[in-house]
Amino acid sequence: MNGVVNWAVHFFMLDEGPLIWLSDFLIGCATIGIIVALTYFKLWKWLWDNWLTTVDHKKIGIMYLIAAVLMLFRGGTDGLLMRAQLSWPNLHFLTADHYDQIFTTHGTIMILFMAMPAIIGFFNVAVPLQIGCRDVAFPYLNAISFWLFFSAALLFNLSFVVGGSPDGGWTSYPPYVENFFDPGPGENYFLVALQITGIGTIATGVNFLITILRMRAPGMTMMRLPMFTWSVFITSIIIVFAFPVLTVALALLLIDRDFGSHFFTVTGGGMPMQYINLFWIWGHPEVYIVILPAFGILSEVVSTFSHKRLFGYSAMVVSMIAIAILSFVVWVHHFFTMGAGPGVNSFFGVSTMAIAIPTGVKVFNWLFTMHKGRVEFTSAMLWAVGFIPNFLIGGLTGVMLAVPPADYQYHNSYFLIAHFHYTLIGGTVFGVFAGIYYWWPKMFGVLLDEKLGRWHFWTFMIGFNICFFPQFFLGFMGMQRRMYTYPAGYGWGIINLISTVGAVLMGVGFLIFVWNVLWSARFGQRDTTGDPWDGRSLEWATTSPAPEYNFAIIPTIKGRDAWWLMKKTGESINGPKGVPFRPIHMPNNSGRPIIMSLFFFIAGGGFIFQWWVLAIIGLLGVLVTMAQRSFEYHDHHYIPVEEIERTEAAAGRL
Amino acid sequence: MKPSGRRVRSLFFIVGLSMLALAGCDDPKYMPVLSPQGPVARSEYYLILYSFIVMLLVVLGVFVIYFYVITKYRARPENKDYVPPEIEGNTKWETIWTVIPIIIVIALAIPTVAVTYKLVKPPKVEAATTAAVGKSLTIDVISEQWKWVFKYPEQNIETVNYVNIPAGVPVNFELTASGPINAFWVPALGGMEYAMPGMNLKLWLEADHPGTYQGRSGQYSGRGFAHMTFNVNAQSPADFAKWVQTTQRTAPKLTQQAQDQIQKPGLLNKPLTFSSTEPQ
Repeated sequence: MNGVVNWAVHFFMLDEGPLIWLSDFLIGCATIGIIVALTYFKLWKWLWDNWLTTVDHKKIGIMYLIAAVLMLFRGGTDGLLMRAQLSWPNLHFLTADHYDQIFTTHGTIMILFMAMPAIIGFFNVAVPLQIGCRDVAFPYLNAISFWLFFSAALLFNLSFVVGGSPDGGWTSYPPYVENFFDPGPGENYFLVALQITGIGTIATGVNFLITILRMRAPGMTMMRLPMFTWSVFITSIIIVFAFPVLTVALALLLIDRDFGSHFFTVTGGGMPMQYINLFWIWGHPEVYIVILPAFGILSEVVSTFSHKRLFGYSAMVVSMIAIAILSFVVWVHHFFTMGAGPGVNSFFGVSTMAIAIPTGVKVFNWLFTMHKGRVEFTSAMLWAVGFIPNFLIGGLTGVMLAVPPADYQYHNSYFLIAHFHYTLIGGTVFGVFAGIYYWWPKMFGVLLDEKLGRWHFWTFMIGFNICFFPQFFLGFMGMQRRMYTYPAGYGWGIINLISTVGAVLMGVGFLIFVWNVLWSARFGQRDTTGDPWDGRSLEWATTSPAPEYNFAIIPTIKGRDAWWLMKKTGESINGPKGVPFRPIHMPNNSGRPIIMSLFFFIAGGGFIFQWWVLAIIGLLGVLVTMAQRSFEYHDHHYIPVEEIERTEAAAGRL
Repeated sequence: MKPSGRRVRSLFFIVGLSMLALAGCDDPKYMPVLSPQGPVARSEYYLILYSFIVMLLVVLGVFVIYFYVITKYRARPENKDYVPPEIEGNTKWETIWTVIPIIIVIALAIPTVAVTYKLVKPPKVEAATTAAVGKSLTIDVISEQWKWVFKYPEQNIETVNYVNIPAGVPVNFELTASGPINAFWVPALGGMEYAMPGMNLKLWLEADHPGTYQGRSGQYSGRGFAHMTFNVNAQSPADFAKWVQTTQRTAPKLTQQAQDQIQKPGLLNKPLTFSSTEPQ
């Protein structure tokens, strides 16, 4: 009996102190609160029918974005804990073990469970509407992608209170992460959760690639695609090529840890270097996976709020293709210090610098889109305009890092930390916030408040610069990433303190955003037109939020900026008057994706704790749900004409 | 709307505060990367400086266009009726801003490649010091969890968590690890290189003058990683030769017990010195 209690105490980490107790308490409160609220308001059926089983791209997009904001909160809390620890020399508010776990979960969550779902959320929200179709090519697969991501995120977050989090950094280099140095389930959580979400992401890449190739409205040629859709198209190609490499790397490492193989253990003749190469062959394209869609959002927002066509459309497309190709030939710049020799280092240094050329073209094209425009500084536009200088600093310090001999000094230092936060926050996060303010009315039929939006932007932007600009200097002063504490006497203390103040300000900015969401839901201006920004692409042609079928009649596209052209010529989105509606073919909802992801979750738990019975049950469940799908013949329905007429009449489009 | 006075003032306040914070740090010991103490760190420093100036020019150029565009073309009540022209693009301008970055990248790539090749070779040695110590010195470096072991194979000396080198002489550090990967970094003398298990990577460093320089690990390797610091004591060649002789004579031999202590994961209270590199 005593043994069981001891095991449970250790398993649920109750011997780890108040940080875990507090987390347990908060998780318990939140779970009970959600269950009680759903039961009290009798919302379980509503939740199941409308959200958990949906295959509608718009709803899946919203769920991705909600998850991304939650994960931003989790990752941001990790960040604030780290900043608190580093704000002054010799602080031991966190132990080394806790700090190591927290920087690992911070990085992993921010990249894979915050940035990825945020951009994939926008894929879902905008792409089918922008190309004038009714859903993605494979709606059922789309739901599977989401639930795989979601169960992986849940699994990964659970590690904090069950069994212990990974502590090998988000890059998780062997041999440190091998069982010998890093025993326990923590690292397995990292490997399994990333594996599961990675499968979902590959499916998303395939899905959007096919959607954009095959589902475009008539007349929507490739060179008439809105720039965001172009960025999604290119991103999907990168996903399809890059993610399988991650799958392989994670699988090999998991086999090492679970089954005692020696792919990356030195003692058994393995080679840790190979993991590092595989990781970054995925890892570098990955950062372009999260930045290219942000570029796409920026192109939409800048052009809309300058009330002007996007400058240099073809150059924008060509430069994104160039970035995509180059992104696969720069990975060694993450480890110039691994002794690859001057020839290799020179090649990868110069190829990295070359990325600045297409990126520069894009920056100038945005500037010249605003040039001679009429630039309206709405909240969405503030984020887009803020993006340019901040991302510029991130990009140019990236060029400085691409110089191998200089990189020997910057490597792993706070100079690097500052650099990639300027690209990932100044780039991706600013782009995501621009997208949130821009597409919010399309998603919910409500505008976010402009005044609160400005407060959100300015506190976050100023906080971000106060937090990360001083870190460039910390790098020159010799401070390395992943140090859980540092002694006095290096002069790092005051700069770290400034940085922490900035981080707190960013947290305040995030709270203002949350307040804006809540306030606007209750009091915000309703979007009755469907086109609050005088938009240019097709998503603004339909109601906010769009009806289930998006377009009653698939529009015929006559040029770039399709909706803008229609408005200029006075055309209706439903075509000439009198064209009769026809029943619309739509996919059925299905509860199977969420059940399948539950089995993935169970199998994941089995691989993490090496409980093989559980792993087998989970994998069998996955196979059974897959087989069931093969025998499902009634997977679609038709929306009758009367219902379409009712919806269209209500929207004033008859 | 013009930028309000309050906003500009708060901006000045923030910039001023950061300047104040940084002003306390211009002592060379605070910014080792920017106050190089040896030829390797110096050529890296020049490259950092050069790339920084080039990038600064780009930043300034873009910022001028940026602020011009967002102030001049800002929507105001007066320009409510202005309808922006639909401009497809402009081949001349687009060519210009493609060609300029290409030129900048070439200007950056040439010295980059040159220095990358140069750093593989030992720094040039001054004739006077060559005679004193020989051409160069080789030190084997092993990273343990979480300490640094230095073996002088020719002198048959082993030190832990500090290393003595002769000033003005190129030192060839041969790096390896017994456990997880670490990075060997002495910012004042030059950039880092990984210490990896099963690998043997070379790093040339040289100190101009006698002095003590801080070194640390640049690659996370577990809970004691933050404490993996060591001192590099550069001595005049004569002092170094004297230290070698004294150590060979007076320091204890490396025992199996001491070896086990070093290899066990954990930290050491003080640096160690031995007059042999293999446990006796």
